Amino acid sequence: MNLYDQGLLDTAAGFAAALVLGLLFGFWLERAGFGSSRKLTSIFYFRDWAVLKVMFSAMAVAAIGLQLLAAMGVVEPLQFYVPDTVIGAQAVGGVVFGLGFVIGGFCPGTAAVGLGSGRIDALVFLIGAGIGSMAFAAAAPAISPLRELGASGRSGIPELLGIDPMTGAIGLLVVALLAFVMAHAVEARMRRIPETYES
Amino acid sequence: MNTDRPFWNPYLAGAGLGLTLLLSYVVLGTGLGASGAIARLAAASTHTVASEAVENNAVTGAFYDDGSPLRSYLVAMFVGTLAGGLLSAVSAGRAAIAVERGPRASVSARLGAAVVGGVLAGFGARLSLGCTSGLALSGGAMLQVGSFVFTGATFAAAFAAAPFLKRLWR
Repeated sequence: MNLYDQGLLDTAAGFAAALVLGLLFGFWLERAGFGSSRKLTSIFYFRDWAVLKVMFSAMAVAAIGLQLLAAMGVVEPLQFYVPDTVIGAQAVGGVVFGLGFVIGGFCPGTAAVGLGSGRIDALVFLIGAGIGSMAFAAAAPAISPLRELGASGRSGIPELLGIDPMTGAIGLLVVALLAFVMAHAVEARMRRIPETYES
Repeated sequence: MNTDRPFWNPYLAGAGLGLTLLLSYVVLGTGLGASGAIARLAAASTHTVASEAVENNAVTGAFYDDGSPLRSYLVAMFVGTLAGGLLSAVSAGRAAIAVERGPRASVSARLGAAVVGGVLAGFGARLSLGCTSGLALSGGAMLQVGSFVFTGATFAAAFAAAPFLKRLWR
C-alpha cells in the first residue's frame, strides 16, 4: 500500500509527502556539496569522486533496504512505479544528458540545490533545461523511432540474470565497494599531480 | 561569503540520501525525481503565450489531463528540493548570490555554457524518461536495466567531453 498504488500521488497527501521528501533530498545533496558546479564536475577531471561515492552509497543503501523491507513483507516492490527500460533511447539520451552535465555543470536535481544556494549559473541551467524539455516535446513526433528504440518495459537486472532481487542488491553493494576503492586510489594519485594551466 | 566550510562525508550524505529514497518508495511508491517538474514548469510557462500549441502537443498536452501541469507531486518535490538546498546552504554559511566558475572562465562563458548544458540535459532527460534522480538513482536502487544504460552513457559522454571543457572548470 503506497500513494502511487492507490492512485493518490497527485492529491494533497501526495503533495505534502513529496514536499517533505524533496526537502530531505535537497538537504542531503547540498550537504554532499552538490550545489556547487565545480565540485560536481571535478569527477570528470579525476580529482574529487564525491559524485560516485554519494550515488553508489545511496543506491546500495536503498536497494538493500528495499529488499529487506520486501522480505519482511512491509513493501511489495512490484507495486512501485519504476521508469521503463528503453535501451536505445536511454543510451542516446544518456550521451546527450552527459554532455549537458559536463557543459552546464549540473543535473536537474543538483541545479535546484544550486539555485537554493544562490547560484545564478544554476538558475540559467534550469531555464536551459526547460527550453530543452520544450524542444523535445516539439521534436517528439519526428523522432518517435528513436524514442521507442529498444523498448523493453519494466526490466530488472535480477530477472535478466535469473537471480533473486536480494542477491542483486548485494551485488550492487559489492560493485559500489569496488568503485570506492578505485575512487580513493585515483584521488590519492591525483593529489600528487598539481593542476597545470596552459595559457 | 565563506565557501570553505567543509561538506559532509560523502558516504554519510549518500546514506542519508539512500534512506530518503527508501522512504520515498515506501510512502509514495516511487523514487525521487527532478526533470519531470522542470518539463511541467516549462510547459506551464510556455502555455501563457502559446496555450493551443502546448495543449495540442502529444508530450505537453498530456500534462493537461489533470487540469494543470503544476498539479503533480513532482512539482511539490522540486519545490522541496530547492527549499532543502536553501536551508542547508544557509545553515552551513554557503549561500551566496554568485556565478560559480573555474579560475580562468569568464562570467559570460560560464552562463553561456550553463544554458547550452541545460538545453542538452533537459532534452536528454525527456528522451531517457528521467534524469540522474528519477532514472539513474531511483531506478538504479530498483536494479533496472535502463537505469544503468543511462548512467553508463551519461558518465562516458561527460568524461569524454571534459578535456575540451577544461577552461570552464579548472
